Amino acid sequence: MEPKIATRMGDGSLVEMTRSEIKADLEEGTQQAAKRAKAEPLTQDELDHLLDIYASSARFTAVDMGDEVVLSNDGTGTKHIGNRVQDLQTFEQVLGVDIVELWQIDYSYKAIKTNVAHEGQAMKIAQMLCTNPVQYGAMPDLGRYSKPDGPIPNWSELLPLMKVDEARAAQVEACAMLVEDINYVADHMVEAGTDGIDMDTTGAAGDADFLAGLTACRMLREKYPWLGIEIGMASEFVLGMHGQLEFDGERLAGMWPKDQLRMVQAAGGSIYGPAVNINTGRSTAWNIARAITMIKPAAEIAEIPVHVNVGMGVGGVPTCVYPPADATSRASKAFVEILKIDGY
Amino acid sequence: MEGAHTQASGMGGMRTAGDLVARMQMTRRMRLKEAKAYVAGKLGCTVRDLFDPTAMEEIRIAKGLGTLPFTSSVRPGDAGMIEAKFNISKTLDIPINCVERFKARVGLG
Repeated sequence: MEPKIATRMGDGSLVEMTRSEIKADLEEGTQQAAKRAKAEPLTQDELDHLLDIYASSARFTAVDMGDEVVLSNDGTGTKHIGNRVQDLQTFEQVLGVDIVELWQIDYSYKAIKTNVAHEGQAMKIAQMLCTNPVQYGAMPDLGRYSKPDGPIPNWSELLPLMKVDEARAAQVEACAMLVEDINYVADHMVEAGTDGIDMDTTGAAGDADFLAGLTACRMLREKYPWLGIEIGMASEFVLGMHGQLEFDGERLAGMWPKDQLRMVQAAGGSIYGPAVNINTGRSTAWNIARAITMIKPAAEIAEIPVHVNVGMGVGGVPTCVYPPADATSRASKAFVEILKIDGY
Repeated sequence: MEGAHTQASGMGGMRTAGDLVARMQMTRRMRLKEAKAYVAGKLGCTVRDLFDPTAMEEIRIAKGLGTLPFTSSVRPGDAGMIEAKFNISKTLDIPINCVERFKARVGLG
């Protein structure tokens, strides 16, 4: 009888599977992703390598010495140890991450606009005390501009009423406001000494959200040629909430990681962060094969660093509050060794 | 989770040369291999030294790039934090925003 190996489901629960079952999940994951994203499935060598990583009972795994990558660590800190700058110092000095990110708990550029001076002061103190690069991060979060949270008619209410033109116009109007707010916050953070700006979970509200991130990125790049600009995505696929928006003449709705990367590069981004969400009902083996298959076409053509989102519900790391180190380290190793990525 | 990532595949931040390689990715949009080669060239070491805290401790002290202060090793007489970033900017030949603003605000610019 084939022995069972302890492994994880996408929700973090511990299960036992045979090597054959893990192999089958890897194959099914890559096939599902290839079909969905119109990408090539992983090669047999790549699947065999993933099988070696995932059909192991070791409680931890790691890359070979010399293959280490940069950790940009969006959302640095716990928010509950000392103050925010001490949080950054802890991650710099105890954990050893490579970039730390200052952020506030209401992780949205619109929310930060109202207290940007205090955020800038925190950035200035952080820059005095940290040696690591310190970037500032938040979500574009386009939905915040729609009623009842914002002034714009709510496109999610207009669409079910078949008011498509009104819904599109609302998103375009919100997009312009968001671009202005990202620039406003970024300008203040640059004045306070930031090394970079992170637009995290970009595209969460669809193609208009992504367009705002790209537009703001291009404007910031023109103003600050040296500035680190990271655009991390919300998911593997850009939702067409508007459906017709374009950047450089290309329709954003429906873009998968390879095209997302091309847009971020064209906008002048420094780092592109693909995100592939977890299916909690499938194994981590199934999920990692799916995520790598979807991101591989982007990693192959990238001219800028690719920092994959690998944590708490994305990139092969289970959707749970305390992601197990066995699952996290396997995802970490898999992305580095299969895709030759530049960081997380 | 971050602890697992740093141990599984992280460069090590300022324990090694992770912060320096990160700066090349951010500032010059360099991919990892190019960024590591650039930093090694500027430091006069091998790419393999960049992940090695033993090798990097000596290099960071010699070039004033900042080291981690902890129980058995503190260096109050060496460059650290904002001071170290002046030296990192010079060594890597890149602008560091807070360093440029520091210079301008104290009349060194």
